[in-house]
Amino acid sequence: MAAKSQICSIWLGSETGILKGVSLSKKQAFNFCEMSCLSRDQEVCVMAWGDSHESEVLVGSVNGTVKTFSTDKGIFTATRECGDASQGRFTGLAVTDSAMITCVESGLLKVWKEDNSDTVEVNVGKNVYRMRQNPSQHNLVATGGKENPLKVWDLERPEKPIFTAKNVAHDWLDMRVPVWVRDIGFIPDSDKIVTCTGHHQVHVYDPSSPQRRPVLEAHFGEYPLTALSLPASQGTVVVGNTHGMLAILDLRKGLVRGSLKGLSGAVRGLHCHPSLPLVASCGLDRFLRVHSLEDRSLQHKVYLKSRLNCVLFSSRELEVSFFYPDLSGDVKEVKADEEDDEVWDSMETVIEKTKKRPVCED
Amino acid sequence: MDKTEATLSKDVSKKKSKTKKQKREVETDVAPVEERNQMEKSESAPCFPPTFSVSEIKNKQRRHSMFLKFKEERRKNKLLLKKKKKKERKALGDKAPPKEVPKTIDNQRVYDETTVNPEDEEVAYDEGTDEFSAYFNRLTNPKVLITTSDRPRGRTVRFCNQLATVIPHAHVYYRRGLALKRVIPQCVSRGFTYLMVINEDRKVPMFSFTGRITDGMVLCHLPDGPTAHFKLSSVRLRKEIKRKGKSPTEHVPEVILNNFTTRLGHSIGRLFAALFPHDPQFVGRQVATFHNQRDFIFFRFHRYIFKNEKKAGIQELGPRFTLKLRSLQKGTFDSKFGEYEWVHKRHEMDSSRRKFHL
Repeated sequence: MAAKSQICSIWLGSETGILKGVSLSKKQAFNFCEMSCLSRDQEVCVMAWGDSHESEVLVGSVNGTVKTFSTDKGIFTATRECGDASQGRFTGLAVTDSAMITCVESGLLKVWKEDNSDTVEVNVGKNVYRMRQNPSQHNLVATGGKENPLKVWDLERPEKPIFTAKNVAHDWLDMRVPVWVRDIGFIPDSDKIVTCTGHHQVHVYDPSSPQRRPVLEAHFGEYPLTALSLPASQGTVVVGNTHGMLAILDLRKGLVRGSLKGLSGAVRGLHCHPSLPLVASCGLDRFLRVHSLEDRSLQHKVYLKSRLNCVLFSSRELEVSFFYPDLSGDVKEVKADEEDDEVWDSMETVIEKTKKRPVCED
Repeated sequence: MDKTEATLSKDVSKKKSKTKKQKREVETDVAPVEERNQMEKSESAPCFPPTFSVSEIKNKQRRHSMFLKFKEERRKNKLLLKKKKKKERKALGDKAPPKEVPKTIDNQRVYDETTVNPEDEEVAYDEGTDEFSAYFNRLTNPKVLITTSDRPRGRTVRFCNQLATVIPHAHVYYRRGLALKRVIPQCVSRGFTYLMVINEDRKVPMFSFTGRITDGMVLCHLPDGPTAHFKLSSVRLRKEIKRKGKSPTEHVPEVILNNFTTRLGHSIGRLFAALFPHDPQFVGRQVATFHNQRDFIFFRFHRYIFKNEKKAGIQELGPRFTLKLRSLQKGTFDSKFGEYEWVHKRHEMDSSRRKFHL
C-alpha cells in the first residue's frame, strides 16, 4: 500500500467515494478505499494537499467528513466530521498552519483548529460554488457562487470581506448580466484573481486597484465554464466547460490561445503541474487526461471507471516521465488490497531515485 | 465501326499502337497490317503495351466495352481460383488450413478500453447505485410520457401514437408550446419516470412544398436521471412495413439489448431497458429489440411464434427506427447549463472508421 501510494503522482477523487492514485511513469492506477463498503454519500467533493510537502491528501465527502490520507503510509489516517449533508456539499477545502478551512454550499465557512476548539465561522452568502485559498498568503480565501459575487476574506478579520467584486456593466441590451462564479484562481506574484463563470466568461479582478469591476473580461464557448487552473508559466489560464472543451486563454488580451482536444464529457477538475507545462483534467467521461501545454498534445490518457470529481497534481516524481514522454500509454488499473498493512510495513520502503537530468545547457 | 465485336480487342489494340506509332513517324498502311498479323499470332495472351490502361481510350463506347471485358476476365479468374482452392481443400481433407475469416469493419473494431468486464466490482457498484437503481431494484414501475416538438404534423403524431402502443404505460400528450423545463417538475409530481420528446424538423427543399421529417428524440429519465439526445432516422410507420402482422396488443413485450459493450453503451442500454416494465408477458409473444451496430441503434418490434423446437417464425409489427446517440447529459433536460457525460464530437471521434463508442 505504501509503495503504491508513494509512486503516485496524480490523485483523483471519484463520485463513488474512491480515492484514486495514478503513477504516470509506471503506467498504473490504484484505488485507495477505506472499507470494502462504499456508498454514494462518500462521494468526494473536494481535495487538497494537507501540507506543503504534499505528504497528506485531505478528502472531503458529501456526508460532511474530511478524511486525511497519508501518501507515505498509503492509508487513511484520520477522519473528521466537519458538518453534515444538510448544509450542502463541500465547495472548498484548505489548510493553514494548524487549522483546516472548509466551506459548504450554504455559505458557512469554518476554520477548524486542531484541538477542536473555537471554530471561526463566517457566512459568505448563499449558493457558494467555490472557495479557494491564496497559495502565498494562507489567511486569504476567496469565495463565489451563483448570484454571489467574488469576495476575498481575511481570516484574521472575518467580519467583512476585504474585497467584494462588482458586477460588470449592463450589456448591449441594457440588461443586468447574471453572476455565477464557478471557479477561482489566485494569480501568483500579484494580487489579481481570475474567475470563470457559468455564463462562459472569464474575469480578472485586481483588489489593489481602485476599481471593483473586472480588469479583464474574456469569453469562451457557449457553455458554462466549470474548472480553471493556472499554469506555472505566467500570463495564461486553462479553463474547461461542460461540453468537454478545454482552452488556454491568454490573460493579457483575453484571447483564446488554443484548445486541448480529447475530452468527451464535462470537465469537473483541472490542475496544472506546479512547475512543468502539463495539465491534468478529469471529468464525467471517466478518463484522466494529461495534456502538454506547449504543443497542446495529449500525453497520457487513463480510464478510471467512475466519474471523477477532483484532481491533484503532485509536484514531485514527474521529472522521470517528462523526459521520456510516453504518448497515451495504456495504464492498467491495479486493485489495492485494503488493510494489508502488516505485509507492507514489514517490507522495506522503496524510495525511487529520480534520474539525473541530462545536462543540456552550455 | 463496321468491324464486329469479336475482333474489337484486336482493333483497339491496333488503333492504340497505331496512335502511338503516329507520334513518332508517319505510318504507311503496310506496317499496321504487319502489326495486326503479329497481334493475331499472339492473340491467346492479350498483350498490351505495359503502360496501357483502359482509361486511356478516349472513345467512351470502346472504353466501356473494354472495361466490361476486363471485368469479365477478372471474374473468370476469380472463379477459377476459388474452384482450385476448393479442390485443394477437399483433397487435403482434415489437414486443410482453417478457413480464413473475411475482414469486416466490425471485426477490425479498435479495442475500446472502456469495455465493461462483467466481473469488475467498481463498475458493478457504479451501475448498482446510479440513477436507474430505483428501477432495477424494482422500486418503481415505468410510466412514459411521449410528446413532440411544438405543432407536430401528421407523420410525427402517428409515430407517437404507434410508439405508445409499443411501450406499455405510455401516454401521448400534445405539446402546446410548453417549455420542457416546466413540464419536467409536473411529470415528476404525477409519477412519470420517463419523458420522450420526438423532434420534428422542417425539411425545406428548394422550391417545393414544406415537408416535415421526424429527426430527433430526447429521452429523459425523470426523477433526476440522465437525458439522452438521439438523432432519429429511417422511421417506418406500420403501414410502410411490408408483410407486417396485426397491431400490437397490450401485453408487456420482452426486451432484447444487443451489443452494448462499453461503459457508455451500458448506460444507454439501461436507459432503454428502464422504459419497459420488468416482467414480460410471454403470452403476448412480443419482443422489442434494440440492436447496436457501429454506434447505430436499430429498434424493431416483432411477434414470434415457435413452430417446433428448432424453428421460430417472426412477424414484424410496429414502428421501426434507427437512433444515433448525440449526447448524454447528466441530470434532467437542461441543454444550456447541464453537464454532459458524453458529447458526440464529429471531428475528434469520427476520424477512424473502426472506432465506435457504444
